[in-house]
Amino acid sequence: MSPDAAGGIERHGYDVIVIGAGGSGLRAAIAAHESGAKVAVVCKSLLGKAHTVMAEGGCAAAMGNLYPDDNWQVHFRDTMRGGKMLNNWRMAQLHAQEAPERVMELEDWGALFDRTDDGLISQRDFGGHRYARLAHIGDRTGLEIIRTLQQRLVALGIDVFMECTVTDLFKSGDQISGAFAYWRETGRFVVFEAPSVVLATGGIGKSFKVTSNSWEYTGDGHALALRAGATLINMEFVQFHPTGMVWPPSVKGLLVTESVRGDGGILRNSEGKRFMFDYIPDFFKKETADTEEEADRWYEDKKNNRRPPELLPRDEVARAINSEIKAGRGSPHGGIFLDIASRRSPEFIKRRLPSMYHQFKELADVDITAEPMEIGPTCHYVMGGVEVDPETEVSVVAGLYAVGECSGGMHGSNRLGGNSLSDLIVFGKRAGDAAAAHAGGLGSSRPGVSDEEVAAAQRSALAPFEVQGGENPYTIQQDLQQTMNDLVGIIRVAAELESALGEIQKLKERAAHMTVEGHRQYNPGWHLSIDLRNMLLVSECIAKAALARQESRGGHTRDDFPGPDPEWGGKNLVLRLDSTGTGVDLSEQPLPVMPDELKKFFEEE
Amino acid sequence: MGYELKMRVWRGDQSGGDLGDYTVEVSEGEVVLDAIHRLQATQAGDLAVRWNCKAGKCGSCSAEVNGRPRLMCMTRLSDYDPAETITVTPMRSFPVIRDLVTDVSFNYEKAKQVPSFAPPPRDADGKRRMAQIDVERGQEFRKCIECFLCQNTCHVVRDHDENKPAFAGPRFFLRYAELDMHPLDTHDRRELAQGAAGIGMCNITKCCTEVCPEGIKITDNAIIPMKERVVDKKYDPLVWLGNKIGIRNKDYDGRD
Repeated sequence: MSPDAAGGIERHGYDVIVIGAGGSGLRAAIAAHESGAKVAVVCKSLLGKAHTVMAEGGCAAAMGNLYPDDNWQVHFRDTMRGGKMLNNWRMAQLHAQEAPERVMELEDWGALFDRTDDGLISQRDFGGHRYARLAHIGDRTGLEIIRTLQQRLVALGIDVFMECTVTDLFKSGDQISGAFAYWRETGRFVVFEAPSVVLATGGIGKSFKVTSNSWEYTGDGHALALRAGATLINMEFVQFHPTGMVWPPSVKGLLVTESVRGDGGILRNSEGKRFMFDYIPDFFKKETADTEEEADRWYEDKKNNRRPPELLPRDEVARAINSEIKAGRGSPHGGIFLDIASRRSPEFIKRRLPSMYHQFKELADVDITAEPMEIGPTCHYVMGGVEVDPETEVSVVAGLYAVGECSGGMHGSNRLGGNSLSDLIVFGKRAGDAAAAHAGGLGSSRPGVSDEEVAAAQRSALAPFEVQGGENPYTIQQDLQQTMNDLVGIIRVAAELESALGEIQKLKERAAHMTVEGHRQYNPGWHLSIDLRNMLLVSECIAKAALARQESRGGHTRDDFPGPDPEWGGKNLVLRLDSTGTGVDLSEQPLPVMPDELKKFFEEE
Repeated sequence: MGYELKMRVWRGDQSGGDLGDYTVEVSEGEVVLDAIHRLQATQAGDLAVRWNCKAGKCGSCSAEVNGRPRLMCMTRLSDYDPAETITVTPMRSFPVIRDLVTDVSFNYEKAKQVPSFAPPPRDADGKRRMAQIDVERGQEFRKCIECFLCQNTCHVVRDHDENKPAFAGPRFFLRYAELDMHPLDTHDRRELAQGAAGIGMCNITKCCTEVCPEGIKITDNAIIPMKERVVDKKYDPLVWLGNKIGIRNKDYDGRD
C-alpha cells in the first residue's frame, strides 16, 4: 500500500492526545476528559497490555493503614534518600502527599486491593520504605491498576487508537500542534491535530540485552521530546533490578518481584552465606540490621528492630549481587540464590506470590516453595526522562507534557520499588488536568499543522523502504543491545563509555542504510526500523551523560569514580538535540533548592 | 542441547493464506514464542505476531499451537518431542489481520457494554472497608489477562459468527460475576447478564476453563454461580409466586 493509496491520510482533531496507554497515560486521559477536554489515547499495543501489567509488588502510598505513624513526610524522606537526594524535591513532595487519594480513587473505580484485618487496603514492605506502605493485590498489582484504569476509560467513552504508533510531533512556532502516526495493522498514516500532547511512553530498557522490559520500551517519548526541542535530565541513571531470572536463557532478565524479599526472602551466595550484611553502606547503616537475628525479628516487630539488608534500595542490592557473582560466588547459571522456600510455608508463598510461583514453575521447572530461585540484575527502569515542571508536568515546549517513566526528576538517581505505580497516578492526573487547561485556554487561536510537516514526517517514516540491499534492523538492534549491556551496564568506566559512544555512532550510520522487506501491513521489521532510531538517540543520551558524571550515585556506578561527590550531588545533566538533529548536546544545571521546612527532615543525619 | 525445530506457521491475510514450512534452531528452555522470534529475525522479517511481556502477564501472544489455544510465551518446547513438527496458527474465532495476528475488536466492543462499577459513598473517614474473604472471589476473576483464549475456544461463537452479537463470551461472564459479587457494587447485574450478555447460551462444557492460562475456574466459579443467581431471580417458583401475590419481593440474596 502506498501512502497515496485509497483513503490517503486519516486526520483527527482533539484537545489532548495522550501517547501511551499504561498507567500514567490512562490516568492522564481520564483527568483530561473529566476536565472537559476531547481526548484520545494512542498506543502501540492493544489496550490493557502496556508495561504497567508487569508491575508486581505494589503502589506506595502513605495511607497509614497498618502503621499510623506513616505519613507523607516519611514517604517524602524515604523517596529523597532512595534517590540519593538528586530528586526534584517538589515532585517527591507532591507524590508523597497525593498518592493516598489517588489509590483511594482506584478503589472507587473498582480495584480490589488486598485488605487488612480491619477491612482497609493492606500495605506491604518494600526496599527503602520505612513502613509497610505498598497497596497491593498479591503480586499482580500492576495488572489490577491498568485494568481498573482501562475499565474507567471505557466507561467514560474516551477514544483509543490501538496498535497505532506515533513517529513525529508537529510544532507551530514554539508550540506543539499535533502528532504523526501509522496504524500497525494497515500501515496507513494518521495526523492528529491537538494543542496538548502528553507523552506517556514508558522507558528505554529494550536498548539493553538483559532486561525486564518488552519490545515497546524503545524510548519513543524520550526521542519525540528531544526532536520537538524539549530537554531530558538524569539519563545516566538506569535502574538494574537486583532480581531478574537468569535461567533458562529464553527468560533471562524476566522480573522477580521485590515482594519476595519484602515477604521474607533472603539472598545467599554459593557458599550459603547471607552476603548482604557485608554490603551495608554508611548512608544506610543507622537503619539497617547488622545481624541475621535482628533482621529476622524485623518482619514481626518493626519498632524495635532495623530492616534486613536485603531491603536496601535496589541500586545497593544490585551492586552487591554483581560483586558476589564477579568474585566467583555465583550460582550454577551465573546468578545468586534468592531463598524464600526455607523461610516461609508453601501456603504463605502461594498466597502472597502466586504469579512468581507460576512463573518459575512454568518457565524454569523450579518450585519456589521447595528450592531457592537463581536470580541476577536486569535492566528495569530509567530514572531519567523529559524535564518537566513539577506542578503541571509540562516540558520546556508549550503544550508538551510527560508523565511516568518517560519523565525525569521524580526519582532522582534511583527509584524506590513501589514508587513507580504511585508516580503514574499522581502525575498522570496532574498532567491530564494541565493539558486540558492549556487546550481550553487557547480558545480559537490553536496552532495548526502544515502540509510540509506532514509530508516530511511521511518521508521519514517510509525511508527504510527506499533502501535496497541494506542491513536488517534486527541485527542492528541486537548489536546495540550487546553494546549497551557490555559497555554502559551496571558498573561503568570512562574508557568503555567512550567506546560505547563510538559504537553508537557506527550503529547510527548502519541504521541510515537499513532495509525492510515486505509491505506496510502489520510489518514488524518496518516497525522496528522506526523504533530503532529512537533507541539509538536515547542510548547516546545515556552513554554521554554516564561519561560526564564523574561520581557514583544511585543507578550510576563508575569504577573510576567509586564514591558520591557532593559537588555532583548538586547538579543535573541536561540533554537536548544538537544542531545536526541526529545527536545530542549535554550541559550542567543546578538542582532546584529545597526549602528549609523540608530540609529539616534530613537534618538528623 | 540446541536442535533444529521443524515448524509450520500460518502466513497470510484476510484474503487467504497457507502454512509455511520452516526449520529454525532452538535451544534448551525455550518457548514457542522464542522460535517465532528467531524466525522473524533470521528468515521472515515481516512475520506478524503480537506479543509484549513474554512472561504470561499481558495476554498478547495468544495463538493455536498444534491446534490447542495457548499463549506462545508460556508454551515450552520441551513439552514436545524434538522430532515433532510444531504448527502455529492464529486464533480461529477472530478474523485474521495478518499471519498470527487477529482482529480481537469483538472483545473491546463487548467490554463497552458492561455497565461500570457503581459504589456507594465512602465511609465517614474517607476510606472503604471490605473483608479479605469477600474481595478474594472477585480477585480470582480479576487475574484475567485478557488473552481472549476463552473467547476463542467457546463453541458458542467459535464456528458461529452469527451468535456473536448476542453473546458476550466467558471473559465477560467473568466480569459480570466479578461485579455482581463485588462487596460494594450497587447494580443488579443479573438481568444484564441474562439479556445483553447471553449467559443462557452457555451450556457449561468448561472449554474456557480448560484453556485459561491463569487457571481461573471460569465455569465453576463465575458462570455457574451467575446462572444460579439469574435463575434464582427469574425462575425460582417460590420467588415467582411470592412476587405474583405480593408477599415476596426479595430473592435469596436479599435483593429486590
